[in-house]
Amino acid sequence: MRATDDDTPSDDTPTRDDDSGRDVRTDGGLDDGGDARTDGGTGDETVFTRTSDVPTLTRREKARRTFDRRIYAPLAVLVRDWRAVVGGTILVTFLLTGLVAWVSASNWWLLESVVLVEQPSVMEGPIFTPPFQSMAYPLGTGVMGKSIFEQLVHAAPAMIQMILAGALLSVTIGTLIGTVAGYRGGAIDKVLMSLTDVVLTIPGIALIIVLAAIWEPRSPLIVGLLLGIDNWPRLARTIRSEVLSVREESFTEASRIMGLSQFTILRRDIISNLMPYISINFANGARTIIFESVALYFLGILPFTTLNWGVMMNEAYNGADLTNPSQLHWLFAPMLTIAVVSLGFILFAQGLDRIFNVRLRARHESTTADAESQ
Amino acid sequence: MSYYLKRIGQSVVVFFVTVTATFALYRMLPFGPVEMMRVNLMNQLVQQGSPTPQQVEKINRMVEAYTGINPDKPWYVAYYEYLHDIVLYQDFGVSIVKREPVFDILFEAMPWSLFISIYGLALGTTVSLLLGAAMAYTEGSRFDTGMTIFSILNTTIPYYIVAIVALIVFSFNLGWFPSGGRMTQGTTPGFNYPFIAGIVEHAALPILSSFVAGFGGALAFRGNCIREMGKGYIRLARLRGISQGRIAIRYVGRNALLPVYTSIMMGIASLFGSSIILETIFNYPAMGFVTFEALMDRDYPLIMGSFVFFTSLTLLGILVADLTYGIIDPRVKGGAERESY
Repeated sequence: MRATDDDTPSDDTPTRDDDSGRDVRTDGGLDDGGDARTDGGTGDETVFTRTSDVPTLTRREKARRTFDRRIYAPLAVLVRDWRAVVGGTILVTFLLTGLVAWVSASNWWLLESVVLVEQPSVMEGPIFTPPFQSMAYPLGTGVMGKSIFEQLVHAAPAMIQMILAGALLSVTIGTLIGTVAGYRGGAIDKVLMSLTDVVLTIPGIALIIVLAAIWEPRSPLIVGLLLGIDNWPRLARTIRSEVLSVREESFTEASRIMGLSQFTILRRDIISNLMPYISINFANGARTIIFESVALYFLGILPFTTLNWGVMMNEAYNGADLTNPSQLHWLFAPMLTIAVVSLGFILFAQGLDRIFNVRLRARHESTTADAESQ
Repeated sequence: MSYYLKRIGQSVVVFFVTVTATFALYRMLPFGPVEMMRVNLMNQLVQQGSPTPQQVEKINRMVEAYTGINPDKPWYVAYYEYLHDIVLYQDFGVSIVKREPVFDILFEAMPWSLFISIYGLALGTTVSLLLGAAMAYTEGSRFDTGMTIFSILNTTIPYYIVAIVALIVFSFNLGWFPSGGRMTQGTTPGFNYPFIAGIVEHAALPILSSFVAGFGGALAFRGNCIREMGKGYIRLARLRGISQGRIAIRYVGRNALLPVYTSIMMGIASLFGSSIILETIFNYPAMGFVTFEALMDRDYPLIMGSFVFFTSLTLLGILVADLTYGIIDPRVKGGAERESY
């Protein structure tokens, strides 16, 4: 890659420019006015001394190119894919709801007086108001007269914490074990994969339920971490088998020859190539954590400490007359929320799949080589 | 042959790891049940000063009565006894609440769990494979689009929500199915119509729900089928005049099944775990329900016993699935070079 640069007289440009490590870009000495062809001498111009005249980018151009690659092209792909748009909208709404609830419940000095959505309280309205009847209780109320809408909104921060903690934990462990095992190979691979197999075979939900019963975790973060334990082995296996092919690629080999540290190789060459799997697994992991946590709260295995969709379902299931259709909205509201949020995660994961599809992305970049030549 | 030995050996190792982990959870961790109970009793009985030897002895005996483990013994002795009892005598201790051996309780409940889970899994897998194949063969049609949307929606709804809704609709409101229990009162167990009809009636909704839980494979199978149908040898087979049915089953189906097979195996692992949730919702007195009750009563010997039970069943299921892999994939000869999942 860099061999072609070595013979040029002005040898300082490549190191400044070549930041990605595997962009094949031969640079002429452009600091002296762009007449690169004359640099290598006029008489004996050979294949080794000749340099091409690709212009050096100014800082602004570089910024524009980075923006184009990292932000514009992915967004362009996303916007053209309806699944990503729908999924993204759902997830952004979910996050905003969490923010609204957090701001409303916060006691921090500036935010103390700001209440966007009231905290749900007992007997704030008549019992069993049907949904979509009054503006004060958009989704109706339950047997205690608590607004279902407010309960759903104020359940969001705890759910977000749980999802993030669990999905991050499983993705981190899975990626770490998968890449190290796949890249290093040998004894480390054997040990790590045996460990993965063992965890994979242990029935996850049963283990989590036993752990939850013993420890009775109260913080949503801890619940999330607990649920994340079960999720990583599958990701670790997928990632390992991908790493096995990426490690043989020429750019990885080039990095090895250049003597980059193993950590750098793992980070820049391996993990960046596996981002599709990782992000899709993050979304799937998030969905699994929603499902499992709601189930455990619904059954009452986890202690009812925070407001939560599962707790709401439990209260509705035990509190409402299930043969009376006019009371069922209490139970169906959290159920529908779960379905919609997990639909958001699934659609967004499918949209991400398209972002990481290199060919598709190249079509939307305006600064790629193809776009420039046209 | 060495592959089979290795695979069985691996299962045995996993079993021991699980039992050890269970023991560690139970006994070794600072906030495990044994330790917690001991601390609680200490606080209750000993008001001030250090406890007398008689008091310590009494507390230890009480803890042993409740958990089946004497906290006074060193951990390796306790571990050895725990392992020894489980492996040699299938002795998981005695349930605190029911006052019966844990093994007897679980062993009696196990067939009912297997009944529901296996029927659910078998039905779910068969139907989703058939649908996947049908979708692949009618690719791009209205049926395909509709079923694809349905499959995606199906994955957004957890199976227990299906269970709850089914219970509300078919049992509480329409009254077609009972809302709990596993057999009709007053029927005599045996090979007679009322008894069998009662069993089917009680199992219908739980099986329906675990059927939905095992339904995920349709989309993956569709993708595999489409990929396989585009290959050259299928075209060649058509040119040779091999019948469509034979191509669909022996050529496309078989080759498209392989990648899905591993996910079916993983389905087994989640199946027995999810039976805790499902059986509790349906009040179906089998292993999962027993476990749930034990959790609510803090009946630790029973909780630990059922965790070991669940693991053993899962291990057995995965082992059988793994060892039969060679039957559908003739290329795997012993499977030594293959990843096990």
